Amino acid sequence: MESLIGLLVGAPLLGAAVLLCGGRRLDRAGHWLGTALAASSFVIGLLLFADMLGEETEQRAMHQHLFSWIPVNGFQADVAFQLDQLSMTFVLLITGVGTLIHLYSIGYMEHDERRRRFFGYLNLFLAAMLLLVLADNFLLLYVGWEGVGLASYLLIGFWQHKPSAATAAKKAFLVNRVGDVGLSIAIMIMFTTFGTFAFGPVFEATGETSEGKLTAIGLMLLLAACGKSAQVPLQSWLGDAMEGPTPVSALIHAATMVTAGVYLITRSGAIFNAAPDAQTVVVVVGAVTLLFGAFVGCAKDDIKKALAGSTMSQIGYMMLAAGLGPIGYAFAIMHLVTHGFFKAGLFLGAGSVMHGMNDEVDMRRYGGLRKYMPVTFVTFGLGYLAIIGFPGLSGFFSKDQIIEAAFAKGGTQGWILGSVTLLGAAITAYYMTRVMALTFFGEKRWSETGKDAVHPHESPKSMTIPMIVLAFGSVFAGGLFKWNESFVHWLEPVTQFEHGHSPLSATAVTSMTVVALVIGVGTAWLQYGRRPVPAVAPRGSLLTRAVRRDFLQDDLNHVALVKPGEYLTRGLVYVDHKLVDGVVNGTAATVGGASGRLRRVQNGFVRSYAVSMFGGAAVLVAATLLMRAV
Amino acid sequence: MSAATTADAAAASTVELAGSLAASASTTSTGEALQFWVLGTVAVLGALGTVFLRKSVHSALSLAGTMIILAVFYLANGAYFLGIVQIVVYTGAVMMLFLFVLMLVGVTAEDSLKETIKGQRWMAALCGLGFGVLLIGGLGNASIKTFSGLEEANADGNVFGLARLIFTKYVFAFELTGALLVTAAVAAMVLTHRERVERRSTQREMAEVRVRENKHLPPLPAPGVYARHNAVDIPGLLPDGTPSELTVNPTLRSRGQVRDVSAEALESLAALEQRTGEALGREEPGEPEAGPDSNPGGDPGGDPGRNSGGNAGNADPDRAKEKTK
Amino acid sequence: MNPVNYLYLAALLFTIGASGVLIRRNAIIVFMCVELMLNASNLALVAFSRLHGNLDGQIMAFFTMVVAAAEVVVGLAIIVTLFRSRHSASVDDASLMKL
Repeated sequence: MESLIGLLVGAPLLGAAVLLCGGRRLDRAGHWLGTALAASSFVIGLLLFADMLGEETEQRAMHQHLFSWIPVNGFQADVAFQLDQLSMTFVLLITGVGTLIHLYSIGYMEHDERRRRFFGYLNLFLAAMLLLVLADNFLLLYVGWEGVGLASYLLIGFWQHKPSAATAAKKAFLVNRVGDVGLSIAIMIMFTTFGTFAFGPVFEATGETSEGKLTAIGLMLLLAACGKSAQVPLQSWLGDAMEGPTPVSALIHAATMVTAGVYLITRSGAIFNAAPDAQTVVVVVGAVTLLFGAFVGCAKDDIKKALAGSTMSQIGYMMLAAGLGPIGYAFAIMHLVTHGFFKAGLFLGAGSVMHGMNDEVDMRRYGGLRKYMPVTFVTFGLGYLAIIGFPGLSGFFSKDQIIEAAFAKGGTQGWILGSVTLLGAAITAYYMTRVMALTFFGEKRWSETGKDAVHPHESPKSMTIPMIVLAFGSVFAGGLFKWNESFVHWLEPVTQFEHGHSPLSATAVTSMTVVALVIGVGTAWLQYGRRPVPAVAPRGSLLTRAVRRDFLQDDLNHVALVKPGEYLTRGLVYVDHKLVDGVVNGTAATVGGASGRLRRVQNGFVRSYAVSMFGGAAVLVAATLLMRAV
Repeated sequence: MSAATTADAAAASTVELAGSLAASASTTSTGEALQFWVLGTVAVLGALGTVFLRKSVHSALSLAGTMIILAVFYLANGAYFLGIVQIVVYTGAVMMLFLFVLMLVGVTAEDSLKETIKGQRWMAALCGLGFGVLLIGGLGNASIKTFSGLEEANADGNVFGLARLIFTKYVFAFELTGALLVTAAVAAMVLTHRERVERRSTQREMAEVRVRENKHLPPLPAPGVYARHNAVDIPGLLPDGTPSELTVNPTLRSRGQVRDVSAEALESLAALEQRTGEALGREEPGEPEAGPDSNPGGDPGGDPGRNSGGNAGNADPDRAKEKTK
Repeated sequence: MNPVNYLYLAALLFTIGASGVLIRRNAIIVFMCVELMLNASNLALVAFSRLHGNLDGQIMAFFTMVVAAAEVVVGLAIIVTLFRSRHSASVDDASLMKL
């Protein structure tokens, strides 16, 4: 069975190669090929999963060594895969949700001329992400990491004819580069410290390494995770990434890309466990992002950007949980999986709404759509209930666990983190209810006649079926995982698990969560469900305006990074023009001037040349005599 | 063999002619010394003449003189064969070639000694002086005390000695110079040979070209041939009395050998006319109107018969004279 | 008199000839000055021959004469050709070899 691991990556990679190199003759069937290969990868994942379940708990990790990649003396890099429970979870999520999004894209991208290319990129995205989670060393992980960055660049900028999309793609790529630098530095430190970067040896060696080095590695890994998972301070690309087609947003936000950071932190758990300072930073980053994303989600009128803020916030939850150490890893991954279901469902739902509304994204121009898109309404609604943590649905279980673990951190930290997560839950409920109310309830704020006439309609089967499947996942996944603590036990061999000792009882936490949920939903409903909503956003308070601009993140970046960069560049250009060019041009001018003057000697008169010849002969005679005399 | 003996005999006779002894040690005979000082001075003067004389023919002649003196010096130094060759080949053939080419090329304005390149003369003087001083200083420095003399080498006769060397030691160089001479001869022919690539244009065609180019169509006017001179170096005069350039050969013009017979010449002519008239007791009715002072360009009413050769293109004054009469 | 005076004379003639090459513009006179230089060196060679007591110097002078004859032939041919194309025997007129 182990030989199948390579196929997991190979199938979508083959799809990408065939679709991107195949040319136009694949235009008609290319999307089916891409979907089939993604699905085959999922089937292989299921087979491996079944096989893995048959093994003893401790024996479940599988390895496949493909070939030696860079065998240099003392530097051994292999292309080898490691499939343990953590990777398995990701594989199933990536390929499962990925296949559904492929299926959805068939309908969504139906009218796009470059659909084949789009599927090629999607396959590339899956392949890179699978490589990332299956790699058994950090260097191969880095390859997948960069592949994800490349694929996201290509997909976000897929509608490259729009300048905004091209800019967004560039922005995502550049911000990701900052994180990538962190990862490469972490790998370098690892290599100098441990002499290897394979997971096993590195994690075993953490016991004998100084905490300072581990903290450095941890912080660099965190930087990488921040870049990929859009955590503060590298969060700015996520909102703009909505310029890509909606399936891409779903793929980035649910199954791939942003989860990579959480995977990296969880995978490197051994390092973080031994570096408490780094862990604290992870928690802080998670907590800040959690609130940041939630606030941003409240202020956005663009449905996809509101969902993007939500993603940022939910990933913040995961980071926070991952930063808690062994008491949180399993919950982080659990939330990641359930979030994968409902966020994919929500994005696909949003895409379905946009599909029916002539690609309108402003929620203030929606309203009362539940009658026109019943399937979308129901699936989106189930996703909504899941994300806000409605009791019994996926989100409830996973988020509740994280809040409990946050309290279990202990001490003042525990109380602060607990409160933050609770506040986050309330705000989540608020902004998601806002999205629901603006989109599906209230009176319609669009017209079926006139210049901007829209005719809302339900999306085709290929789009609704994935949404229905994901809705099932949103509803039941959490309960399934929680059942008998099955998910925690499943991951325990990889991530370890400790029961946190919360100062509050589980019941108390749950009830507080529910109260926060009720407050959030109630406020939002009072604000947006009961009262008519203006079709044009009111100016709002200073804070609202700031939040609408993502807390001025871009302005901050502009002032803190872009401007100094520009000044530096100008300075360098000045130095180049004046100093470097001055020296170069000065030399050239000197030589040119001297030549121009020396040229006059070459006057073309043979008698002048004869004079020099004769003079030369005289000099020769003089030299000869002089040598004689000496 | 017979040629060699005759050459030897000739050489022997020239030795006596030169009045010197080829064989000597560190000093030479007084006769040779005298010959050296006298002829050496002449040679240097000839060389200077070659450089500084304005006319190339004079230069060539000075050079020929220097070469002949050098031939005498060769003989004095025991190089009998070279002395003869110098006279026969150099002075005889090469210099004649030079003169021949000089004649071909003709006399042009470049013969003037005016320098055109800035600083050239100073540089030349500096280099020449420096080089000469260095060379002579170097010679003075060298310790040349004794001359071995050529009695031994010339024991079998100079020509025989040379021939022995040429046909043994230097035979390859000799053959090569033969090849060189052949090549040079061919080269000279190739260089000077002109292939006529187009048909020679006929007289009629050339005339047509001249008409088309609006050049002088009829034959050039004849020079002003006066009875006193009967020469081609006197330009004919235009109606206003100025000399016409067209009437004199360009070579004479560029040499500056044109005799001017305008203004003052005419005045003297007019005076002559008057004297002749007085002597003959002739009355000149048109004299007051057409005096030489008031109208120097016009013919002062001389006899048309005497004046017939005057101006070829000068029909108008004649006619005016006819009227006045 | 010491026969070394012939060498002095040769040096003097050579220098005069060289100066002539530098000063005169008429190609034919320049050429004649070159001949003068060659003759001066021939005189030196002949004197050397006497100095060393063998005929090698005279042989050298002989070859110089032969080569000079060849040179005169070719050189004058060049001058004639030049004169035909430029209607001038001035060496300054052929001054196209400059920038």
